[in-house]
Amino acid sequence: MIDKTFASAEAALADIADGATIMIGGFGNAGMPAALIDALIAQGARDLTIVNNNAGNADGGLAALIAAKRVRKILCSFPRQTDSWHFDRAYRAGEIQLELVPQGTLAERIRAAGAGIGALYTPTAFGTLLAEGKETRRIGDRDYVLEYPIHADYALIKADRADRWGNLVYRKTGRNFAPIMASAARCTVVQVREIVELGALDPEVIVTPGIFVKRVVRIGSSLRKAA
Amino acid sequence: MMKKLDRNQMAARVARDIPEGSYVNLGIGLPTLVAEHLPKGREIILHSENGVLGVGPKPAPGREDEDLINAGKEPVTLLAGGAFFHHADSFAMIRGRHLDFAVLGAFQVSVAGDLANWHTGGADAIPAVGGAMDLAMGAKKVLVMMEHLTKQGESKIVERCSYPLTGARCVNRVYTDLAIIDVKPDGLHVVEMVEGLAFEELQRLTGVPLKRLATAA
Repeated sequence: MIDKTFASAEAALADIADGATIMIGGFGNAGMPAALIDALIAQGARDLTIVNNNAGNADGGLAALIAAKRVRKILCSFPRQTDSWHFDRAYRAGEIQLELVPQGTLAERIRAAGAGIGALYTPTAFGTLLAEGKETRRIGDRDYVLEYPIHADYALIKADRADRWGNLVYRKTGRNFAPIMASAARCTVVQVREIVELGALDPEVIVTPGIFVKRVVRIGSSLRKAA
Repeated sequence: MMKKLDRNQMAARVARDIPEGSYVNLGIGLPTLVAEHLPKGREIILHSENGVLGVGPKPAPGREDEDLINAGKEPVTLLAGGAFFHHADSFAMIRGRHLDFAVLGAFQVSVAGDLANWHTGGADAIPAVGGAMDLAMGAKKVLVMMEHLTKQGESKIVERCSYPLTGARCVNRVYTDLAIIDVKPDGLHVVEMVEGLAFEELQRLTGVPLKRLATAA
């Protein structure tokens, strides 16, 4: 019997090694797998490369992982925010490397990794600082920049509901990077509010099929939401 | 005496030009204000790059949902007919030329339509780009909304951008608190000026050559 459910976030992350590349879903608090990030902090792996849209907010989640000096490098589109003080300090102290990637290019490089694409040409960033040193090519009447896929050892994401095969549905804008990160990582770990019986998720609305998912942990929800 | 537009008047002016049926992305900051001025009864679908089409107004206090936010990470609502999707699909809509308009703020716009809005280039500045470069290169029409002059009184419409570019030759039209200016292959065309502003005065303030449309008020 296939059963991808794990009893705890700790058990689901136990084998993460130092130096791993980890994608973390979420855009702001929406879709952020807070319980998995807390477990990663407790687990102790260091020298990590993190892929996320941002570089942490306030003092929790990814910001706490950075504050604990566990992140060697981050790939993101928008590190600087009013409450990104832990990243700002680490960056200015030279403790963390930043690879700044336009948001759509970040998404497409992740998608490409999951889809087995070797590289991609995008018009985004042509003629800007973020294309400096990169191969470019004119195709038809437009100029493009060559970009490579982003693969990861682990993806930590949040979904709303799952079944034991790892099929997932999300909630509102909490979906954001999760489906593409799930496809781009060797081992995708999902925190969900609820685990349901096989067949309970409508196959017409499953967003991430279980083939992209290795481990599922039920965390429940502490979310503030409209009734 | 010329009557500069305030932020709400600028937003209302942009909103007036967005036709029924348009798919529109409003950038963070000043452009977000355009949503509040879209004419009632005109169906316009707002896109937010974190994965929403059909963004609705702000929720009533106490009705916020942490899972329903816009690209500025502010709580929003969803209109009937709205949809959620993941980031690669969201940017396929942008990069794949499906969005009719992107309305973006700017530090500078050049005569050639180059846009600078993401980075001051300062040695101590931490750069952050988000979706700005994708929107600049992807939307069918890029509208810029900005004050005409810096706080020091320098024109933000320039011969060449001194700040790092967001995109080259991507801006179609600029809405400022003084004028509306189209960026065309043969230069900048003034489409509209605020009441009480003479073309010669706008030309003096702007510094780079402007052409005057026969119809400009």
